[in-house]
Amino acid sequence: MDKAAITPEVHSDASYNCSYRGPKETIYELSEVGRSCLEAPASELPNLDLKAIPLLSDYLATDEEGPTLPQVTETDIMRHYTHLASMNFGVDGGMYPLGSCTMKYNPRLNEDAARLPGFASLHPYQPEYSVQGILQIMHELQEDLAEIAGFDATSLQPSAGAHGEYAALMAFRSAHLVRTEGKTARNKVIIPDTAHGTNPASVAMAGYQTVTVPSSSEGLVDLDALRELLDEDVAAFMLTNPNTLGLFEPQIVEINEACHAVGAFTYCDGANLNAILGVARPGDMGFDALHINLHKTFSTPHGGGGPGAGPICVKEELAPFLPGPVVTKFTHGDTGLDLYTLAMPENSIGRVRSFYGNVSVMVRAWTYIRSLGGDGLKDVAHQAVLSANYLRVVLQDHFKVAFDTTCMHEFVLTGAPFKDAHGVRTLDVAKRLLDYGFHPPTIYFPLLVDEAMMIEPTETEPLKDLDAFADAMIAIAREIKETPELLQGAPYTTPVRRLDEAAAVRNPELRWRKD
Amino acid sequence: MASPTDRKYSTDHEWVLVDGDVATIGITKYAADQLGSIVFVELPEEGESFGSEDAYGEVESVKSVSELLLPVGGEVVAINQALEDAPETVNDDPYGEGWLVRVRLDNKGDLDELIDGAAYDASLA
Amino acid sequence: MNYISITQNQRKLMLQRVDAASTDELYEVVPESVRLDSVPKVTGGMSEIDLSRQLAELANINVAAHEYTSFAGAGCYDHYSPAFIDHLLRRPEFFTAYTPYQPEVSQGTLQAIYEYQTGICELTGMDVANASMYDGATALVEAAFMALRLTRGKRKVMLVSEALHPEKLETMMTYASSELIDPVFVPVNDELITDSQAFLSLLEEYAGEVAAVLLPYPNFFGIIEDVSPLIIAAKEAGAYVVLDTNPIMLGLLKRPAELGADIVVGEGQPLGSAMSFGGPGLGYFACTQKCVRQLPGRLVGRTTDVDGNRGYVLTMSTREQHIRREKATSNICSNHALNALIAGMYLAAVGSKGLKDIATDCVTKAHYLRNELLTTGLFVSPKSDNVQSFGYEFPLVYTGSLPITLWHDELFERGYLAGVILAEGSLSNEDEGHLDDTADNSAETSLVLFATTEKRTRAEIDEFVQVVKDLG
Repeated sequence: MDKAAITPEVHSDASYNCSYRGPKETIYELSEVGRSCLEAPASELPNLDLKAIPLLSDYLATDEEGPTLPQVTETDIMRHYTHLASMNFGVDGGMYPLGSCTMKYNPRLNEDAARLPGFASLHPYQPEYSVQGILQIMHELQEDLAEIAGFDATSLQPSAGAHGEYAALMAFRSAHLVRTEGKTARNKVIIPDTAHGTNPASVAMAGYQTVTVPSSSEGLVDLDALRELLDEDVAAFMLTNPNTLGLFEPQIVEINEACHAVGAFTYCDGANLNAILGVARPGDMGFDALHINLHKTFSTPHGGGGPGAGPICVKEELAPFLPGPVVTKFTHGDTGLDLYTLAMPENSIGRVRSFYGNVSVMVRAWTYIRSLGGDGLKDVAHQAVLSANYLRVVLQDHFKVAFDTTCMHEFVLTGAPFKDAHGVRTLDVAKRLLDYGFHPPTIYFPLLVDEAMMIEPTETEPLKDLDAFADAMIAIAREIKETPELLQGAPYTTPVRRLDEAAAVRNPELRWRKD
Repeated sequence: MASPTDRKYSTDHEWVLVDGDVATIGITKYAADQLGSIVFVELPEEGESFGSEDAYGEVESVKSVSELLLPVGGEVVAINQALEDAPETVNDDPYGEGWLVRVRLDNKGDLDELIDGAAYDASLA
Repeated sequence: MNYISITQNQRKLMLQRVDAASTDELYEVVPESVRLDSVPKVTGGMSEIDLSRQLAELANINVAAHEYTSFAGAGCYDHYSPAFIDHLLRRPEFFTAYTPYQPEVSQGTLQAIYEYQTGICELTGMDVANASMYDGATALVEAAFMALRLTRGKRKVMLVSEALHPEKLETMMTYASSELIDPVFVPVNDELITDSQAFLSLLEEYAGEVAAVLLPYPNFFGIIEDVSPLIIAAKEAGAYVVLDTNPIMLGLLKRPAELGADIVVGEGQPLGSAMSFGGPGLGYFACTQKCVRQLPGRLVGRTTDVDGNRGYVLTMSTREQHIRREKATSNICSNHALNALIAGMYLAAVGSKGLKDIATDCVTKAHYLRNELLTTGLFVSPKSDNVQSFGYEFPLVYTGSLPITLWHDELFERGYLAGVILAEGSLSNEDEGHLDDTADNSAETSLVLFATTEKRTRAEIDEFVQVVKDLG
């Protein structure tokens, strides 16, 4: 293939990502005997003869038995990781329209806030009176999240969305047992066929069976089908709203009522909360619990896969079962000062991890809320929804929209017609987008849509970048018809090209080894 | 391309080749193509027994997992151990070297539920 | 302040394009009854200048570790993190990227995780390490669930040493309440180690039912226990062996693989992550090759691209929730990738020798501190004969005149975080389940867990001991 053919005509200047051309040797291969970076401090104490200590001496490794780690200097490390960084695509470098992931800009004030020594250098067991500032932030975040989502209480402990789902399901389990005086926690949880994979996986870990309810032809919950599945064995119904097709469930109140009528709890997967901030609240819709992904809606960075945070908010009946500890506020009798303390909710399901959760992520989310305020949050949702609809309308003449109606913060295209007519798959479109300097949308999800492409631009994307993305998509739509083989070989301009994932599984090489 | 006519097929895309009271079972070329590059095959242990339509194993591609449903009931008398190291054989030779298990039939009547190659091909059209 | 760059004029153009009069119109599908008529009541709309001032004020209310001298550990440690780490961590290509699902533009993250996996394999001696879990507690729980799957769900009993971190035990209890696993706790004896007699008799009592034994190395009290005989017995009983470890100590100790571990877990915060009031750190998780198909979490593997160049991908994904859904090996999706990046950088920075030297330094200082504290006459060892087999953390019983919390507060006032109080009052009741539970109020003796890291100096230790002595 000649070079001219593979360089996109409408190459975008929107991306500063992936400037380094790989491949790159591992840091283990850079190792040279005798080099070092971080050394132990100068010894001030007489040598302790570890070999003379009974028992411990039996468990000491000889030099040959110890780990083999790289021997490199700081310069080597800086070069190495700088090269690695420049093989990555990040939000700061270009548009990252991953559906259901809310890849918005990560404000730098939040980063600095989390690194203030007064937050970053706290030991979890130091006296409570010495951590009142961080406890205040955690308490305010608990209250703010409950207010924003329409609930009565919050636990910040879960470390991610899936962790929050699990914690809420365990709270449902406890609540059912209390309601029935220990007789039953019920045994089924219903999820729609559009659910994130974490939903059924969390259900299984919580000891429940999943039952799937099919979506209607409009891509929504089929209320009649749901009603047929609802009975007194159903512990809960889990729903993402807006759903993973980017559609708001118009019958949401009836859905919640139908579940409550058989004594089931309802759970809102809050992955898509960005669409309705300041517009509508899951609590008001009738949900009993939800998790919030601070790393989506509240701008904390995704970190190449984490850490995020998945706090859960619940209604009053479930508050005693929240995982803990949570932060409570009281007024000091003598001084009248507000004070904060960590406490286990009275009937808590217990801890779901050590300590109090991902505190530095909480600091970032608190800072974001203080920046935006209630009006700012509402603006976020309005702009996110407008930007998604704008792209949907601009692209609808070139791609088939799976459910062609006003969307929320994201929408789903289907590449099925291109697969049938030109042999070009959604995967090929995604890889070609990389040549145009854009991160592709989420692909092959939701499972309901054949050859799905799920696009979520977020509110922070400038108009000129939305337009550049649309231009790239339209150019690709033309290439699909004119030069399908070009797409099947894409990408051409990235640090590495299409990788053999089948070989990676058949012959797993999961760590570096000296040949 | 027509499916081999020496064997029977289930609508779950598995084939059954009978020799006496032992049936060799595999997945069809259509199924293997749909899955794409097969990277792992999980098979039962010899001596385990299954009813007709029971799940007896899984085939995995890079991004999918499919349950294998036994077209005929019986006891597993052999598994294709070569697939442990070379699962791609299922893609390369689905009707030959890519067989999955051999089962001693509990009930030959199970075979009556299956269809022939022409009917299977017609079901794909 | 907000971060939207689209102007009101641009908004109008966009509205025209979507044929809507206002953005409110886009929400017509939302039922009137649940639409808000006012925005959420949260404080906000602050300028960066005002907000940064308020942040500084709130941070200053806290007393941070550089303002006192810490002798506290108990699962979260004040180790030194080299300066370069935060500089690299601030590269937006790392921290503003998503999970590396598009490998062609995620080689940086993927290769860094691959190198991290290699580092964890080196530390533990195991064949495979995943890309991280949330923390040490959830990693331990996931190990129990993995053992359940490895025994095809036929064995549910987990023999769990109570010498593990109490918060790990509590997390295990939470996850056990759905009754998929059945943890049986092995008590701690008066030497503050796993009671080996009790362990062996429980192993016999539950013969054929034990999926895994979960043992500490070193334990919560810092003690290196004689785990080898327990591991041998567990293997004979057909149980999987899970070791919970401290990664700094692994620079010094025999590797878990050599002791016969099948799964190795631990809290990775000591490898360069800030304490951050307890999170985020990371859970590391490693296992033998034969267990790999039941491994929870993400995994990076090496492969080649169409041009034959080396590259990295997320691999064996069919284990995970986005493909296998309710049959997945875990529900985990987001992990602690950025902390794994830190841990990988830390291991590269110290190298084998640096890690061993730092571990030795920590241990030397801890042994020195313990001897000095014992010479004050205000402390005794929890057991009469003087157990020396500990790393950089150790328990002592305070026998001085002050109530223990007052003693601890007085020292904090003087600039010392004097360890972590584990139990107040008499320790005579050996049957006490969790050691952090408050026992009766007799206040005769109290158990305190001390730790020293390489950051402590001899002068700090000497001054601390003098202050302790003066306080009584």
